[in-house]
Amino acid sequence: MARIGVFVCHCGENISSTVDCAKVAEIASNYPGVVYSIDYKYMCSDPGQNLIKEAIQKHKLTGVVVAACSPRMHEPTFRKATAEAGLNPFLCEMANLREHCSWVHFREDSTTEKAAELVRVLVEKVKHNEELFPIKVPITKTALVIGGGIGGIQAALDIANSGHKVIMVEKNPSIGGKMAQLSETFPTLDCSQCILTPRMVEVAQHPNITLYTYAEIESVDGFIGNFKVTIRQKAKSVDHKACTGCGLCIEKCPIKKIPDEFNAGLGNRAAIYVPFPQAVPNKPVIDRNNCTYFLKGKCGLCKKVCPADAIHYEQEDELIKVDVGAIVAATGFDIKHSDFFPEYGYGKYADVIDGLQFERLASASGPTLGVLKRPSDGKEPESIVFIACAGSRDPAKGIPYCSKICCMYTAKHAMLFKHKNHHGKATVFYMDIRAGGKMYDEFVRRAIEEDDVNYIRGRVSRIYEKNGKLIVCGVDTLLNSRPVEIEADMVVLATAAIANSDSEELAQKLHISYDPYHFFSEAHPKLRPVETNTAGIMLAGACQAPKDIPDTVSQASGTAAKVVALFSQDELTREPLIAYVNNNTCVGCFLCQSVCPYLAIEKEEIRRRDGTLVKTVAKINPGLCQGCGTCVALCRSKSIDIHGYTNRQIYAEVSALFNRREYAGV
Amino acid sequence: MTKIGYFPGCSLNGTAKEYDLSLQAIARIADIELVELDDWNCCGATAAHSLNSTLAVALPARNLAIAEKMGLDEILVPCAACFSRLAQARYEIKSDEKYRTKIPQLIEMEIKGTANPITVLDFLNKYALDKIKDKLYNKLNAKFACYYGCLLTRPEHLSTIERREDPLVMEKIIYLSGGMPIDWAFKVECCGAGLSVVRTDIVGKLCAKILDDAQSRGADAIIVACPMCHSNLDMRRNEINKNLSTDNEIPVVYITQIIGLALGIDPKKLGFDKHFVPTDKFLHKLQKQTVEV
Ligand SMILES: Cc1cc2nc3c(=O)[nH]c(=O)nc-3n(C[C@H](O)[C@H](O)[C@H](O)COP(=O)(O)OP(=O)(O)OC[C@H]3O[C@@H](n4cnc5c(N)ncnc54)[C@H](O)[C@@H]3O)c2cc1C
Ligand code: SF4
Ligand code: SF4
Repeated sequence: MARIGVFVCHCGENISSTVDCAKVAEIASNYPGVVYSIDYKYMCSDPGQNLIKEAIQKHKLTGVVVAACSPRMHEPTFRKATAEAGLNPFLCEMANLREHCSWVHFREDSTTEKAAELVRVLVEKVKHNEELFPIKVPITKTALVIGGGIGGIQAALDIANSGHKVIMVEKNPSIGGKMAQLSETFPTLDCSQCILTPRMVEVAQHPNITLYTYAEIESVDGFIGNFKVTIRQKAKSVDHKACTGCGLCIEKCPIKKIPDEFNAGLGNRAAIYVPFPQAVPNKPVIDRNNCTYFLKGKCGLCKKVCPADAIHYEQEDELIKVDVGAIVAATGFDIKHSDFFPEYGYGKYADVIDGLQFERLASASGPTLGVLKRPSDGKEPESIVFIACAGSRDPAKGIPYCSKICCMYTAKHAMLFKHKNHHGKATVFYMDIRAGGKMYDEFVRRAIEEDDVNYIRGRVSRIYEKNGKLIVCGVDTLLNSRPVEIEADMVVLATAAIANSDSEELAQKLHISYDPYHFFSEAHPKLRPVETNTAGIMLAGACQAPKDIPDTVSQASGTAAKVVALFSQDELTREPLIAYVNNNTCVGCFLCQSVCPYLAIEKEEIRRRDGTLVKTVAKINPGLCQGCGTCVALCRSKSIDIHGYTNRQIYAEVSALFNRREYAGV
Repeated sequence: MTKIGYFPGCSLNGTAKEYDLSLQAIARIADIELVELDDWNCCGATAAHSLNSTLAVALPARNLAIAEKMGLDEILVPCAACFSRLAQARYEIKSDEKYRTKIPQLIEMEIKGTANPITVLDFLNKYALDKIKDKLYNKLNAKFACYYGCLLTRPEHLSTIERREDPLVMEKIIYLSGGMPIDWAFKVECCGAGLSVVRTDIVGKLCAKILDDAQSRGADAIIVACPMCHSNLDMRRNEINKNLSTDNEIPVVYITQIIGLALGIDPKKLGFDKHFVPTDKFLHKLQKQTVEV
């Protein structure tokens, strides 16, 4: 016979202000199988938990229903208390009286009645609960970090410094990401490269880190603790072991006019190249799409001059298989370019540039060695207009979100310009100034008050060229909404931060979800901001949403802590709420296999003792199954069920609702 | 023969007679019947929507209802302002429960929103151009600044134009008609539209910029597809020229008049004599060159 205990929580006033909790407890005491029921102000508090523990022991309970908040909030708490009293934790269920009842209804008799019904449903369910035991899976204590920007670098170093192995995969020839391209950084204006490059070197030299640059993820299989990853090492055409990094090949390469990605197209590079002088590794690769040898079969100059005989044209892409226990996605972001804006000339004006181009112009290592020269004719601009929210917060452009970093870097850009040209005229058009962050608003105020940057609140409708000047037409919404026109020598668009073009493809390889804008989704926006919904895969940096460096680094360290915590165990414990197959009835149609979003369904051969095959049935991989239940719904022979949410349990809940009886006149 | 509803609106019966003439001429050659709505009424234009939001929907809605009753799926609305009102009314009725119940009571007619208003550019692209393409034999050796103004390109939810901030539909039509469209900066700028009567000074300033840019880039004519734009740029020329150092004499003509010329129709039949800014120099230049070609 079932002996169920019901514990009704007031949640302070959250529940009790609209639900009569004492009444619910009283009604519940009349439900068949309920031997004990009580209400209490804070069931999650220590005395509250003790109520549960004592009742389990005193009344020899076989099941517990806690009627309180969402199980997302406190199920672990109450299951732990249940276990401490000696009852299997999976015999404890929660009825969500707060989100499902008290918060969404007024105080009425029917609200209390609904609460009592919610309890009854769970009482019926818990009667069918079975003892369950956590699943154990072994862990490979190596982490894979995808992307070598500041996010990936920080995560890799933190994990490696905790004594675990890290494999880093970076698709470019060098690590460093966007931060390597920046000149100075807000809010302190310290030189980006100076704080970044030591960390890049540390990654390369760390005994626990294996670095693959010019490499991409080919495929990912397996599950938390046990991923099997194939890395595609793109052919560098240079043997980096032999190469001394002398650079002779680059000097002699006749193809020198390739737009330089690192300088955001403002400079040129050769076909054999190192992306920037501080690159890690500081050894060249051949860009086969632009190399004469690969295009026409002729040239071979670099091979001739290389003193180390390091050039190997015949090198091929290599597939490298690795086993890892956790994966950190740190692939960063991209920005829209000026050709995205018809109203600003679709990129046809050379002096309308984007933020990264400005960074390169302002950078001491940039194409102009830090002298601000405009791209069209190399003149030093006297008047620059900066346009914030270029594309961002504009549903008509398909980018309704705030890019978060641009208010700050626009203030930085205006400041850098004024520091280089004290008499220069800096104008910023903005919608709102979003400078939340430590020392951030102060930074913007400094630009306005000390550096005399003219901030105009309003949008720019159009830019056109007239007599060699860029005419920027906008509106000043604070000064009587007057139209304003500013003559500029250069315009800098703080273009929207967007997801990488290949992020959707990577998300699909990793089986993680992504938002409508192709940024990777975190498991919970507030409570699990660094994990994804796929166990064992975490996020760091701007691949999740636009972020500045401090936020990227914090998240990366948070992610590293998650990885290290995972690696601190030898076996992995997982909630056993996963699917299981009844081999007797499974007919092996494998419809389930085609719908499982986590690829958790495998084939299992059932054989007689003599080895003859009886049949092939579905088998759930307990490491991969997330208990979503899609297979259960699809199985035509009803051979799959989910522990903790079996068909029997669900039917019990549903029929409880249909067989409503008056248990006490409410 | 293709049949399409036709809502000329007040302008095309009066100040924009030449727009109507040239449009009808094209329709005839393209073998399309323009069925004028029975007993249509004013679209409400600026006056209604600045005073009463319900009236602003009810007035154009009545026209939509008439078209529905006449079994017309599409209504050609050559005036961009009328188009905007009719399209907005249809949008409101489709998306807002309040209007769905209230409007039929007010206009005492049923309305479902099945009749879709289209602009003259939609009309040309969808129905007319294919049929007249082969007849465009007159090469128009002149430079044209295509001007869209606001109501063909805004608001976003009504505009049927691609690349709203830098459209090219009219340019393509001009090119097809043998003319040379130019690249310029003010094609979607506002001409002042409804302020024409009350604040002519503002219209003068706004239009001065538009005309000045077109002139400095060597345009021989400005092409419009809206009688509001036309009257501001054409009729208010004296007021405009007050804002300019030299008098601007660029004629402003409707896209349909240009197509008419390319089709070889006599300029008089296209209403070229009805403009305030004289068009004879422009026509002369074209004719001279047409003869030469
Ligand atoms: C113009 C501009 C100015 C800025 N100024 C500042 C500033 O002053 N202060 C500040 O705090 N922040 C600033 N930022 C923000 C800063 O750039 C970001 O916070 C930071 O770069 C985020 O780091 P990340 O590692 O997440 O991404 P990223 O820097 O984008 O690095 C991602 C890395 O992953 C690699 N990658 C991408 N896809 C793959 C793949 N599929 N496989 C393998 N590798 C891949 C990329 O090649 C790259 O190396 C600025 C940003 C811009 C655009
Ligand atoms: S010449 Fe040879 S050794 Fe020198 S950088 Fe090039 S590949 Fe390396
Ligand atoms: S950070 Fe500032 S500039 Fe960037 S989108 Fe947000 S509000 Fe606009």
